[in-house]
Amino acid sequence: MSSSVLAVEGEGFVSPGPGTFVYPPAFGEGTFVTKPMLIVILGSLAVAVFFFLAARRAAMVPGKTQFVGESLYGFVRNSIALDAIGKPGLKYVPYLATVFFFLATLNISGILPLVQFPATSRIAIPLFLAVISCILFNAIGIKREGLGGYFKNMMFPSGIPWPVYILLAPIEFVSTIIIRPLTLTLRLTFNMFAGHLVLVLFILGGEYLIFEYSGVVGIAAGTVALLGSLVLTAFEGFVQLLQAYVFTLLSALYIGGALQDEH
Amino acid sequence: MTGPVLWWAVEEPSPLAPEPAEIVIGLIAFTLLFLFLKAKVYPIFEKTFAERTAAIEGGIAKAEKAQAEAAEALEKYNAQLAEARNEAGRIRTEAQTQRAEIVEEAKAEARTEAKRILDAAQSQIESERQQALTELRREVGGLAVDLASRVVGESLEDEARQRRTVERFLDDLEGREDAQAAALPGRPASAGRKPRRPEGGAGLLRVDRKRVDR
Repeated sequence: MSSSVLAVEGEGFVSPGPGTFVYPPAFGEGTFVTKPMLIVILGSLAVAVFFFLAARRAAMVPGKTQFVGESLYGFVRNSIALDAIGKPGLKYVPYLATVFFFLATLNISGILPLVQFPATSRIAIPLFLAVISCILFNAIGIKREGLGGYFKNMMFPSGIPWPVYILLAPIEFVSTIIIRPLTLTLRLTFNMFAGHLVLVLFILGGEYLIFEYSGVVGIAAGTVALLGSLVLTAFEGFVQLLQAYVFTLLSALYIGGALQDEH
Repeated sequence: MTGPVLWWAVEEPSPLAPEPAEIVIGLIAFTLLFLFLKAKVYPIFEKTFAERTAAIEGGIAKAEKAQAEAAEALEKYNAQLAEARNEAGRIRTEAQTQRAEIVEEAKAEARTEAKRILDAAQSQIESERQQALTELRREVGGLAVDLASRVVGESLEDEARQRRTVERFLDDLEGREDAQAAALPGRPASAGRKPRRPEGGAGLLRVDRKRVDR
């Protein structure tokens, strides 16, 4: 799969660009599954298998796998759903937990040895999840307050002098319907995108410095770059988990907002 | 630097353009994952959580029950203790009352008894005194007459004689007492004597003597 990165040696160094994120079909010409798609499929499968094993022998006193699975689920349940939404949030724990596990896995794939590509840096993945979250919280609001009531509450919140509505109503509408899913998508995508780009830059740049540029300066600088890539990998892992958490938490907050009387 | 290096095999599309195939694959993968976890995993976790909570709450409830029972037992014990104390106090008070009553009763009884004994003694003394008085009255006359007759009967020549006479009389008296004790009739010692004083009625004395000597 790394066949997409074709380094042509001896011609100077060109920084990795958006093309880094484009892969040809994984199984040769004519097939259509690419590396990011494989990561999505295998990552989902891994999550399913892990949680199946964690829940298979449910016991009052959990084993290691069960403990980890329960802790992850309990984290989403208590620290995201209950904290951001409250008691009614328990209904949305399955969605939020799945979003968190799905995104965390596809983010972490960016630093997973041999895989080393965050599937979520492909905008399609965060986009469809953001759209689902957007549809979900809007549907909750509309179901609760009715179509007119929902948009009235959203665009014309009470307790504000009417001229303000001229400004506020379009802003609120755009913010809720467009900006929210958009920011969810872009925040996650480009955190992963930038993180991956930096890692690729450090690793390939270091490699280039050591093997192509050569000399004392090249080897020294290349070593520093490669060591830096290790630090950045650890940092990237943190960012990946954090972004999965942020995406899930914001989805929960939007759902919580739709469940409340006043926006 | 002769020219740009071809690092990437594929042309550079915009990273903002979502790939439809990826959306489809991602959506299917996510949906299947969601359905699987929702059906097979989350309910088990929730059930385990609930069971654990129930177990902990059950334990707490049990502990609370035990505590309540202990408190109840303590209360009961304290109540019993207080009751016992009351009982003891009541018994003590009763005992004190009874003691006072008994002492009072005993005192009254003693007083009554003492009074009775005193009364009896007094009446006895009185009767004895009466008896003694009667007896004395009976005897004194006789003795006086006896003595007088003797005094009169003897010559009054000298004092020594008089004294003898008196002593003899006294001896007689003692002897008569003995005789009286032995219930001897008569008085031979005084038979020969003659009263010297005419004032003392001899006949009367005799009569008296006989009465006394009976």
